[in-house]
Amino acid sequence: MLLEALTLQLGYNATLVTIGSLLLGIAAGATGTFLFLGKRALVSDAISHATLPGVALAFMVMVALGGDGRYLPGLLVGSAVSSAVGLLCVSALSNRTRLSEDAAIGAVLSVFFGFGIVLLTVIQSMNAGRQAGLESFLLGSTAGMLWNDALVISLGGALVLCLMLLLRRPMTMVAFDPEFAAGAGMNVRRIELAVMGLALAITVVGLKIVGLILIVALLIIPAVAARFWSNRVGVVVILAGAIGGISGYSGAALSATAPALPTGPIIVLVAFLIFTLSLIFAPNRGILTAFLRHRDFQARVHVRQGLLALAQGQPIYEKLTLRLKQKRGLIRADSDATEAGRAPAARALLDERRWQLLRSDPAHEGAAAHYDGLTPLESVLTKDQLAELDRSLGPEAV
Amino acid sequence: MGEEFVALSLPPILIGIFASIACAIPGNFLVLRRQALIGDAISHVVLPGIVLAFIVTGTVSTWPMILGARLAALVTVALIEIIRHMGKIEPGAAMGVVFTAMFAAGVLVLEQSDTSSVHLDVEHALFGNLESLIWLDATGWSSLTDMEALRGLPPEFTRMAVTMAFVSLLTWVFWRPLKLSTFDEGFARTLGLPVVAIGLGLVIVAAIAAVAAFDAVGSIIVIAMFICPAAAARLMTNSLEAQIAWSIAFAVISAVSGYVLAGYGPVWLGFENAVSAAGMIATVSGVILGLASIFGPCRNRVGLRG
Repeated sequence: MLLEALTLQLGYNATLVTIGSLLLGIAAGATGTFLFLGKRALVSDAISHATLPGVALAFMVMVALGGDGRYLPGLLVGSAVSSAVGLLCVSALSNRTRLSEDAAIGAVLSVFFGFGIVLLTVIQSMNAGRQAGLESFLLGSTAGMLWNDALVISLGGALVLCLMLLLRRPMTMVAFDPEFAAGAGMNVRRIELAVMGLALAITVVGLKIVGLILIVALLIIPAVAARFWSNRVGVVVILAGAIGGISGYSGAALSATAPALPTGPIIVLVAFLIFTLSLIFAPNRGILTAFLRHRDFQARVHVRQGLLALAQGQPIYEKLTLRLKQKRGLIRADSDATEAGRAPAARALLDERRWQLLRSDPAHEGAAAHYDGLTPLESVLTKDQLAELDRSLGPEAV
Repeated sequence: MGEEFVALSLPPILIGIFASIACAIPGNFLVLRRQALIGDAISHVVLPGIVLAFIVTGTVSTWPMILGARLAALVTVALIEIIRHMGKIEPGAAMGVVFTAMFAAGVLVLEQSDTSSVHLDVEHALFGNLESLIWLDATGWSSLTDMEALRGLPPEFTRMAVTMAFVSLLTWVFWRPLKLSTFDEGFARTLGLPVVAIGLGLVIVAAIAAVAAFDAVGSIIVIAMFICPAAAARLMTNSLEAQIAWSIAFAVISAVSGYVLAGYGPVWLGFENAVSAAGMIATVSGVILGLASIFGPCRNRVGLRG
């Protein structure tokens, strides 16, 4: 009976955590996109580390007032206040002194975190007998999460998502072109603050599940991964939200299957897996496509140069050129042109002559800019222009 | 008092000073090159490094752990560069992706493996254990001249002293190329200096300092000491030589007063237990930076606002 109740309880709890992580992941991925596009991804690192003193102070205040120090909303309010102070310190240091933003971020995160640890040791000595369990905020801990906690996390995630939808246009403009946004009459500073505020809200909400060291991953990784797949902000935001959601959901579900699988790291690693796949396989920006594109370009250059050599009766020594041309059936094994190879060779030579003429004539400056040694001139000029060009090329070439 | 001080407080204070200086010197160049967060990234990946070393060797011993951490630091720097260049991602985001993922992997492996019997946990890697580095053989100030007793110094003492000497020596030897390539990379390149190698060498030296320091004093001091003294010194002067001198002074002040405040401060206030020395040293360095940003004579950007 007891065991059954426990399992049911476990199942219920795991469901809570999973849904909470899903919402958190979506909100974090979407919000992180604006941080990333504004090139300020690591500000979130300062925000998250700066929550620690707030958590500890809130605990001390609540205990001093005679309440339960572990009351989650109270701790979250404390963490929000202290990370807001941290954020203000970062912006004061980078705006008012000559320190760069990364130095300001590093200084704030290490100092706030160090101060938080001092406070943690104070708490440990305050109630020596009772373990406060605040260390669980470092790496997140979903064991023993209550219905109320899950409710706070879910509501927080949903709220951030709504705010983000409302602010998406101004945030996009500020991320890409702050001067233009200012020119269009927007209050750039306030919108930047709003982005930071949303990131702060995500951090605070995610403290319980992912922990303050790893929450920054949930803000950065989905956005970076989504950026590989699209150049449109709207699409990137939606994709980042989806990636964050998938990571949160599957990470939390995975970690519920075994006791030694902590939720935060699993969520981060799932996100990192998606990032790695995106890095390799994404169209246009992925490593694999870049490699294939490079191979294709290389082959085209080799074939073209080989054809020119064929048409002019020059010998070819380059091994790759020979192999590529043989594979395409343009030459025989003894390096002579096949029947099928002669026509393209002649065409390539004609094209090259036309280009030479075109580029020597300042009147065609615009068209000459398209020269890359591969593009056929037919795709740049009209038929009439080509005929005109061929007239001055002389009959023997054509 | 003297006896107790020499045995219990002197070694940790000195180790703290060595670690702070070893981190503060390369920190000056990292701050000037806008690579301050490399220190942050490196100190996060120290954890997977030591976990890896533990898995491979099965024991918590110093050298494998230092090697593992060094390896992890190099892998991180390489991964960041790969993602930056192949994925065309801005450096901050590339860094954020790599170090969080590696830290997560470290935590996961740590939870999976049976480390309950040994002293290895996330908190240790973060906070270090400065207070425990005591010198049991000391009987008083006279022990400082007693070779027999000196041999009983904690091994971290020698390691940090050597690291500090190594870092200072390298900075001294490579002073001109380092300074040139930091301030004017293009000019340094036209002089034929290997700027890429210099940049990489700086990061590697920083990693060596970070890795040697983490095990004595924890990651948090490492990050704080890479950035805070150097940033505060930057607000005090326009000359690099003076900046380094200031940063060393700030590092020493943070280490000493941080340790003293953590060890004796709570007692003065009527509490019984000391607080975390590593955290207090980081806090003091932050207070110094805060003061420098308000009163520092060179705090403003040249050409802006007075």
